[in-house]
Amino acid sequence: MRSRREFLWASANISLGAVLASALPGVSFGALPGARPFVVVILRGALDGLAAVPPFGDSDYSDARGPIAIGRPAAPHGALDLDGFFGLHPSLPLLHERWRAGELLVAHAVASPYRERSHFDGQNVLENGGDRPSGSSSGWLNRVLGALAGRNVDGLALGQNVPLILRGPVPVGSWAPSRLPEADAELIARLRDLYSDDATLSARLDEATRMEALADGEAPADSAMANSKNGGLGRLKEIAETAGRMIASPDGPRVAVFDATGWDTHAGEGAAEGQLAGRLAGLDQVLDALRRGLDSEWSRTAILVCTEFGRTVQVNGTRGTDHGTGMAAFVVGGAVRGGRMLADWPGLREKQRYEGRDLRATTDLRALAKGLLRDHLAVPERALLDIFPGSDAVAPVRDVVRA
Amino acid sequence: MITERATQAAIAANRFGLGARPGELSSAAGDPRGWLLAQLHSSYRVPAELEELASGREILATFLAARAARAAQKKSFPRGATPDGDPIKLLLDGVREQLLPHYLAQATARTRIALRSESSFRESLVHFWSNHFAVSVDKPVCLGIAGALENEAIRPRIDGHFTDLLLAVETHPAMITYLDNERSAGPHSELGDRAARRHRERGPEKIGLNENLAREILELHTLGVDGGYQQADVTSFAAVITGWSIGGGQGPFADGEPGDFVFRAALHEPGSKRVLGRGYSDSGLAQGQAVLRDLAGHPATARHLATKLARHFVADDPSAALVDRLARAYSANDGYLPPVYEALVNWEEAWEAEPQKFKQPYEFVYSALRALEVTPGQPKALLAGFEVLGQRHWSPGSPAGWPDRQADWNGADALMKRIEWSVALADRVGDKRSALDSASAALGSLASAHTLKSLGNAASASQALALLLMSPEFQRR
Repeated sequence: MRSRREFLWASANISLGAVLASALPGVSFGALPGARPFVVVILRGALDGLAAVPPFGDSDYSDARGPIAIGRPAAPHGALDLDGFFGLHPSLPLLHERWRAGELLVAHAVASPYRERSHFDGQNVLENGGDRPSGSSSGWLNRVLGALAGRNVDGLALGQNVPLILRGPVPVGSWAPSRLPEADAELIARLRDLYSDDATLSARLDEATRMEALADGEAPADSAMANSKNGGLGRLKEIAETAGRMIASPDGPRVAVFDATGWDTHAGEGAAEGQLAGRLAGLDQVLDALRRGLDSEWSRTAILVCTEFGRTVQVNGTRGTDHGTGMAAFVVGGAVRGGRMLADWPGLREKQRYEGRDLRATTDLRALAKGLLRDHLAVPERALLDIFPGSDAVAPVRDVVRA
Repeated sequence: MITERATQAAIAANRFGLGARPGELSSAAGDPRGWLLAQLHSSYRVPAELEELASGREILATFLAARAARAAQKKSFPRGATPDGDPIKLLLDGVREQLLPHYLAQATARTRIALRSESSFRESLVHFWSNHFAVSVDKPVCLGIAGALENEAIRPRIDGHFTDLLLAVETHPAMITYLDNERSAGPHSELGDRAARRHRERGPEKIGLNENLAREILELHTLGVDGGYQQADVTSFAAVITGWSIGGGQGPFADGEPGDFVFRAALHEPGSKRVLGRGYSDSGLAQGQAVLRDLAGHPATARHLATKLARHFVADDPSAALVDRLARAYSANDGYLPPVYEALVNWEEAWEAEPQKFKQPYEFVYSALRALEVTPGQPKALLAGFEVLGQRHWSPGSPAGWPDRQADWNGADALMKRIEWSVALADRVGDKRSALDSASAALGSLASAHTLKSLGNAASASQALALLLMSPEFQRR
């Protein structure tokens, strides 16, 4: 019996590269670059931006944060200096290397249009791209794929299922490593027949077989990954590295989303060490694994790391922080014009805060995203309003990526 | 009419229940609606599988004692000479090892009950409410007690008054610790005052409010996010439930029965408070209980619960008429739940033959194992399906619980994982069962001609079983 992979390659759709190669005689398959890779990382639970990117230069910072304040760069376990005013949490040394390489743009006091404090509505707005919860049943990243329709850019969700941000009319794949043996090609063919009257299941089956073929070419053997002794983080790093290779492969999906939970630090948040520090160290390593997987495509990549909203300025009564507004976001990748802060700093005093408690938002996250879509993915300007409806007044941020 | 009854029996077992076991369709066929409702009217008995489990209180008490011992051990090291500098890591070392056996025992018991149950509509409701009041085991201490919340607070109360269910859940130590309420202190409480004095003398050593539990009660457990509350209500309600804590902690949190719910007057913010425009005089524990009672009776709560029930059992986007009907049944009966379930079962649209719901992984795994009557003996094998399909028991990762719409579960890779797991299960069963017989026993007249033909043409007995499990009508309900 043929393996599913052979079967797939035998019956595979004509690849984008092949189509272009036939349209442009004399250009070889390998020389054709696809769209630039664009990855969105969603940190669910509301990352504390004032811990991830501490404004140590603000004289009100350490008082407001008390036991969970991150020290100045000169202090032991202090912040990793960015520009003399902002720093990175000490658990983000690899991201700091990207800063020094000019590949990391750090945005602060940023927010989506959502101004309440529900995680689930906040994530919904972050993903649907509108200005209110459930404003749209499709996600803005799926609408990006729609806007790039003529260029055949594929989308990929890292995980078994597709989060809202990538859901919509354009079919997208999803992928996570498996602990079980592959099903054989003959069964897949029979299922294809069984699903012939079922549009949803047949579309999913096609996407799944395509992504699996890609992953087969790029991943270490599934069983090796499943048996990895590295445990949770090690597995995540392997997934990220494989995902990077899938995205970088000649007809790989160029637009991807990755999400991670566990950022809701209401109690015992920790400072340079502790609960949040551990999570950030994991994020740092996973982003770096993605970079390694992308390999030479890294130079053409931009990754947007964001969360649904920020957390309260003041430490709460249980050494944590409650739901807030302004957040920190990262744009990292070889294509990014980095080594820069994007922050119109509102200050931390009670009167400077939003409703007396949260970091006030001075930059709309959609402005950053629109700038990336226009200049990195070459999304036509007129499509940006379909992608972020109601954002007429939100001008794209310029020069997020290199010319 | 006989044909219609047979179809309704299949719908009763698959849409409302956790999937038909062989023989079940014929017991339901006489009166499918009555068969469902009888599952609720029978008097509640604790399933035998739960009798051997340690209680949440015992598990938490052991955990707290171990944590205290560790803290003491750490103190005994000279400053700077701890074997590992990270205090959180030190605290968590061994926690997993200690709590994992309890988790496995709880998850195994839950699965076994679901697989053998002859009243799987009832089990389905247990899962529904457990997910409504979700506690996720990715928070380390919850690994040992998420199942205890379901078994102790939820399971015995799913066919009583919602108020009693709500009060039991919000005072269960698992919920108190999951949403960080045990150390939340009123700024003017006895301990808050003391801390404030120390703060003036020795720098920042504040204790005070944590609003996590209060917010999620309003947003997720009762009113719903559009239920009309403001930030001021969240803050005020958080003050109301200061003192809702757990016995046997450290320092000022030491008193009380270890691992049990305790009301700590010393943490409670004194004075009367306003929540949703209503005043509550200061009466300690009773103040919070009074707010919870009012929340349970609020019309927004009725709508929120009605919407979730309708979405779970009927369709991702249920009709407004159904939601209205359930909300009215809830309000008219002061939150007594059986009439709400009755209204649901008696709703005509709930019996449309065309399935509206795509099974969540747990529903797919239960229904497959029930259809083929497979109950692996080893916990690892028993729980493997939930693991590989991405829905380990009590692990939604957030207090919102698992999402309940098709798009949340029908990703391409998710489908491939279901195929792989089905193949593994079918290989295990091999030719011990005929797929055509199993299709008839599990799906009855819901099995399509196309599926039956495909099973008949399969290359082997086990391939036919895999095709049955992956057929569109088995994937939906």
